Amino acid sequence: MGGKMHRHHLFWPLVVLGALLLFNLIYSPDFFSLAVRGGNLYGSLIDILNFGAPLILVSIGMTIVIATGGIDLSVGSIVAISGAMACLTISKGTDPSSVLLVIGAVLASIALSIVLGMWNGALVTVTRIQPIIATLILMVAGRGIAQLITSGQIITVSNSNYEYIGAGSLASLPFSIFIVAAVLLIASLLTRRTAIGLFIESVGSNPEASRLAGLRSRTVILTVYVFCGLCAGIAGLILSSNVSSADGNNAGLWYELDAILAVVIGGTSLNGGRFYLMGTVIGALIIQTLTTTIYMIGVPPEITLVVKAFVVLAVCLIQSEAFRKTLITRWKKRNYPAEQEVTRHA
Amino acid sequence: MKLKKRWGLAVTLAVMVSIVTACGGNGGSNGNNSNNTANATNKPAETAAAQETASGSGDGDKKITLGFSQVGAESGWRTANTKSIQESAKEAGFDLKFSDAQQKQENQIKAIRSFIQQKVDVIAFSPVVESGWDTVLKEAKDAGIPVILTDRAVDSADTSLYKTFIGSDFIEEGKKAGQWLVDQYKDTQEDVNIVELQGTTGSAPANDRKAGFQDTIASNPKLKIIASQTGDFTRAKGKEVMQAFLKAHKDIDVLYAHNDDMALGAIQAIEAAGLVPGKDIIIISVDAVKDGMQAAADGKINFIVECNPLLGPQLMEAAQAVVDGKEIETRIVTNETTFTSEQAKEALPSRQY
Repeated sequence: MGGKMHRHHLFWPLVVLGALLLFNLIYSPDFFSLAVRGGNLYGSLIDILNFGAPLILVSIGMTIVIATGGIDLSVGSIVAISGAMACLTISKGTDPSSVLLVIGAVLASIALSIVLGMWNGALVTVTRIQPIIATLILMVAGRGIAQLITSGQIITVSNSNYEYIGAGSLASLPFSIFIVAAVLLIASLLTRRTAIGLFIESVGSNPEASRLAGLRSRTVILTVYVFCGLCAGIAGLILSSNVSSADGNNAGLWYELDAILAVVIGGTSLNGGRFYLMGTVIGALIIQTLTTTIYMIGVPPEITLVVKAFVVLAVCLIQSEAFRKTLITRWKKRNYPAEQEVTRHA
Repeated sequence: MKLKKRWGLAVTLAVMVSIVTACGGNGGSNGNNSNNTANATNKPAETAAAQETASGSGDGDKKITLGFSQVGAESGWRTANTKSIQESAKEAGFDLKFSDAQQKQENQIKAIRSFIQQKVDVIAFSPVVESGWDTVLKEAKDAGIPVILTDRAVDSADTSLYKTFIGSDFIEEGKKAGQWLVDQYKDTQEDVNIVELQGTTGSAPANDRKAGFQDTIASNPKLKIIASQTGDFTRAKGKEVMQAFLKAHKDIDVLYAHNDDMALGAIQAIEAAGLVPGKDIIIISVDAVKDGMQAAADGKINFIVECNPLLGPQLMEAAQAVVDGKEIETRIVTNETTFTSEQAKEALPSRQY
């Protein structure tokens, strides 16, 4: 039973998340307190879910891309572009509080992110550029596009309907959680209840063999990049609506790296071929919990990144089977000289 | 399949061609622009020369030519800075040769060299980076053209290479913020718990605004900074960090944010916690950009220290003084003021940025 459990792919990520939460419980018991303020649940756990929502979304998209053996570095830029597009549309509207305007802005942003995803997919499938380079193009250019859209300024909007996406609540929980849940549900159903998941893993293992077996590898790859762009676009909407403004320079900065980290912590191999959506979600939650913990316990900003690096290193080492084995053999051999002595004297 | 491949190729080609032509178009128009400005700027110089020969000692009538190389247009602050310089040059009757370096040092060096060739009267620039200016500044010195630095400094050991440096004093900004707080709480008997949202770790404004503030509030031991964390000068980070602060510390009295954007993010976090920004938690911020001033006018920010981009008038004054051969200070601090909520309400309609 125990052996089975610890071989489950979610075991180690869950252990790490549990350890982080346990640390917080000991350090500040308030961490788990939930209060109701203004009809909404209020507490650190809610914060983690709310601020973690965009990262989880981006990471879900990233997982699927990585499963095909690719990678998408442009997600951070798409986050910025999508937020900028939505805020620009709303600020240009005649009636800045109308619902229709918000729907239009959201649709425009989502359409734009799908196009950007297609661009990535086309570069990878049609021109056969390596994914890391193909998406690097949009990663760099995308910041420029976002700044073009915002003309280098921070666009502030005041529209309660738009604010609802990232800062509103439904059934006393942040609305963004429901968006994440919906996307996660759709992604899981599509990949685990239909053949699409199998296609993706097959393309990730060997695109050429999959093609010869009758799979349209290109279509599959194009689709995953579009999906990843879509996820990043929605994340951009949540992020910008949470602060009611679009910042082309900083929105979603380094998100691609956090997302890749979340995917790796979740147990998905960067080589492609297999993926774990729930693992990724837990990975993203670990990252967000770590960030919140660092803010709560008051680590000086100069060493924040070092602390983060150590925790991430520890997480990766724990996850590594080879490292665990070495550790266990060392542990077993620790009494060896002494035992030898005992046997000799006996 | 083959047809598809061709299609793909055609599309890529089309895209590439359009990109290339777009670049070409831009380049062309840029070239034209610079030609135009060169022509336009050459003329006044000629006429000025002609005037000089005609009137002999007509120094007073001579139009001063100022070459200015800007960093780029990365933020609203910078845009306001550019506008201020252009407008005040017009007002002062200077002939301004403006060049945008687009964040590249080599563009700036090129611009300065061309200013030297055009024999402008004064060169001013906001250096993109701190180092690597000695050679080109020496060329300017040898040509006898005085140089004025604005907004950012250079790390050159030879201070004779430039006449003055006009810009904000970030330490002073921190001190002003601290002083207001000290004045507000001078009779306090209880501890005042302060949380600080720092700018990007390691950046000059973050270091100096922190240091200036700390030094000043040290005069009152009741004022205590209980938490300090970077918010990277952004609204989203400011909100996230403030939310964590609110959970970790139940008794925050004052928030000091190194810029308005972080304060604006923090205000949202405070409101989400069911507290009233500006009342339950006193908020102090630096910059005084439009959104920040609006928040101050709404009473959500109690005190803003201005970081003024409008240094055009001071630059023109300094340029005039240098041309007239007067001695000027080697460090000119930008005129900066502070705003309480009431003052912000009054100033808001006439703000330019």
